Amino acid sequence: MMTNGSPPRRTITALVQDKPGVLNRISSMFRRRGFNIASLAVGHSEEADLSRMTFVVEGDDSTVEQMTKHLHKLIDVIRVSDISDQNIVSRELALIKVKSNVQTRSEIMQIVNVFRAHIVDVAPDSLIVEVSGNEDKVDSLHELLKSFGVVEVMRTGTIAINRGAGSRSKRAGRVDWGEASSV
Amino acid sequence: MKMTGSQMVCESLIREGVDVIFGLPGGAILPLYQTLPEFPQLRHILVRHEQGAAHAADGYARVTGRPGIAWATSGPGATNLITGIATAQMDSIPMVVVTGQVARAAIGSDAFQETDTTGITLPITKHNYLVMDTEEIPRIIKEAFHIASTGRPGPVLVDIPKDVLQEEAEFEYPDSIDVPGYKPTLEGHPAQIKRAARVIAESERPVILAGHGIIFSGAYDELRELAEKAQIPVITTLLGISSFPDDHVLCVGMPGMHGMAYASKAIEDADLLIALGMRFDDRITGKPSAFAIRSRKIHIDIDPSEIGKNIPVDVPIVGDLKRVLRKLNKMVKPATHLEWIQHIDRLKREHPSMYIRPTDKLLPQFIINQLSKATEGRAVIVTGVGQHQMWAAQHYMFKDPQTFVSSGGSGAMGYEVAGAMGAKVGAPDRVVWSVAGDGGFQMTMAELATMVENRINVKFAIINNSFLGMVRQWQEFFYQKSYVATQYTHNPDFVKLAEAFGMLGLRVSDKTQVMPAIEQAMSYDGPALIDFVVEEEENVYPMIPAGQSIHSLIEEPRPEEVVAR
Repeated sequence: MMTNGSPPRRTITALVQDKPGVLNRISSMFRRRGFNIASLAVGHSEEADLSRMTFVVEGDDSTVEQMTKHLHKLIDVIRVSDISDQNIVSRELALIKVKSNVQTRSEIMQIVNVFRAHIVDVAPDSLIVEVSGNEDKVDSLHELLKSFGVVEVMRTGTIAINRGAGSRSKRAGRVDWGEASSV
Repeated sequence: MKMTGSQMVCESLIREGVDVIFGLPGGAILPLYQTLPEFPQLRHILVRHEQGAAHAADGYARVTGRPGIAWATSGPGATNLITGIATAQMDSIPMVVVTGQVARAAIGSDAFQETDTTGITLPITKHNYLVMDTEEIPRIIKEAFHIASTGRPGPVLVDIPKDVLQEEAEFEYPDSIDVPGYKPTLEGHPAQIKRAARVIAESERPVILAGHGIIFSGAYDELRELAEKAQIPVITTLLGISSFPDDHVLCVGMPGMHGMAYASKAIEDADLLIALGMRFDDRITGKPSAFAIRSRKIHIDIDPSEIGKNIPVDVPIVGDLKRVLRKLNKMVKPATHLEWIQHIDRLKREHPSMYIRPTDKLLPQFIINQLSKATEGRAVIVTGVGQHQMWAAQHYMFKDPQTFVSSGGSGAMGYEVAGAMGAKVGAPDRVVWSVAGDGGFQMTMAELATMVENRINVKFAIINNSFLGMVRQWQEFFYQKSYVATQYTHNPDFVKLAEAFGMLGLRVSDKTQVMPAIEQAMSYDGPALIDFVVEEEENVYPMIPAGQSIHSLIEEPRPEEVVAR
């Protein structure tokens, strides 16, 4: 799922309190310390009152370590995991509005089928493609559709989860930097 | 039991052991103030400006180790606290700040005296709360004290809308705390502690860099035991001053930008740095890539995010210093490091940074030296920020823990006035001297009235050079003496000013009068001020310019015989 060129990207997940202002605390910390977020996705977790966030961040190892530590330092953040090197499933959802007409429609549909994407709306001069997959797959489809004329793209940002039975809210959630915790 | 939100705040503060509040009322917080007479255990000190309340709470916390309390109203009341809260955050000072807020229904409407206080203070507090339910007050106050005073301490702000203060609800003070995202690591990792002991045993030229964390943890005896057992010289950071006695044979003083040359050189020559409760601030490291390149580093700190932040570390240990050092001291082997200590002694002789040149003129360094003698190194010294702060750090010989009170990370001029007020309230039995700059003093001097009113017996030594001295020094060194906007050509008469406030005021411009004036101020029963009219263009030496390494060290020019001494 890495894109080409620097800086390297890492995937971090966090279990956080579902309270007003928590997103502000997190984004404020990233801004203040000059950390780069490539994408950020937030949603409810399996536990009431807790949300789970997936960050795709940019930076070298020591920068990413600092990010995870400062994230964990926030009182409303319960668990932080850098799962980049683990066996994970990562997905992004995108809605892509493409120009189309009678001549191009079937060609677009063929491409959409190859990507196992869907057409979710058809208008006389455009259609909307729904695609999910890792970031590279979404990028590739977007690239291919550009030749028809992409009107608008809406992407959710990556969400990621570990394969296997473990839950990140329970036992497996600690970042492995020895013994770091909150302050 | 049913209580109003205001009663809940007061009752909760009492349960947390609070005795003093520094504050200033206003519309939104008025319900809380009107409840105060029901709680005579809470002493309220009415300040003249909310910045004074925040600095006083900070000074109180620094000498007692307990959270200082500041109250202010919404809007300008809250924004006036900001400098004080940011100062506490940078120096990890436990504080619980309560601000009034406009009523819930008015929040977001740009109501009169409405400010987004939790938004503004978000990056300068350890945590903050906007209380939207009266029944939540006890839990939130308990959490606020817990978060402020444990782990790496820091300020916590609780913003309470006026109608939340007025409303009634059932009061139940929780016995326990449940903050799942906040569990400070206290015990260091055993394998890492063992590794640290091994690395210390392998070292021939170790130094300890003792920081503020020693004071927070109260690890004075443990630090001393480590130093003495393995004969390791101790360097103290600015805020680590008073964590180790200055007159101890192993004490090497403060390093860095205006630190002792021999301390900075010892760091440069060391093969091991043992960094305890400090954060490799740029005033110490200068140029991080050239800092202590010959040494391995052991870094023990309670905040994992400080480890590896500025300087790469070989042995990281996250934990409470007192607990970690107790374990480490058991494993550390006795050593002598005779050659290394002789090397540092030689550095001390060759680079006498404590040198005060003989002259009839009134030098600031001499004043601090005399103050140190007059108080036998046992006073609480509160400073502002700038030249006088560095001279105080260099020339006062601190003997007791927790006696140096200064705005370090934030560098807030003006801290010296209300910071000293809070320190005296926190340590009423100690002599408290504020070593002030004429610039900083004038930023916050309104609190002199608070001190006279409340009989808070602080003594002020204004190091008056009619300049913003440190900035002037930078202009002299780096801007060809172009003194832009640093000279006060018409300072007030500080003696008359003191008298106007109802204090004793003295002026000293002659060296021979320094000691008599200090003694007169100390024997006076009440706050007193000495206006020391000093050499205007005196510089602080040594100096390592910002962002530079030890190789750019500038030392005070001195006569040959002193070098040869």
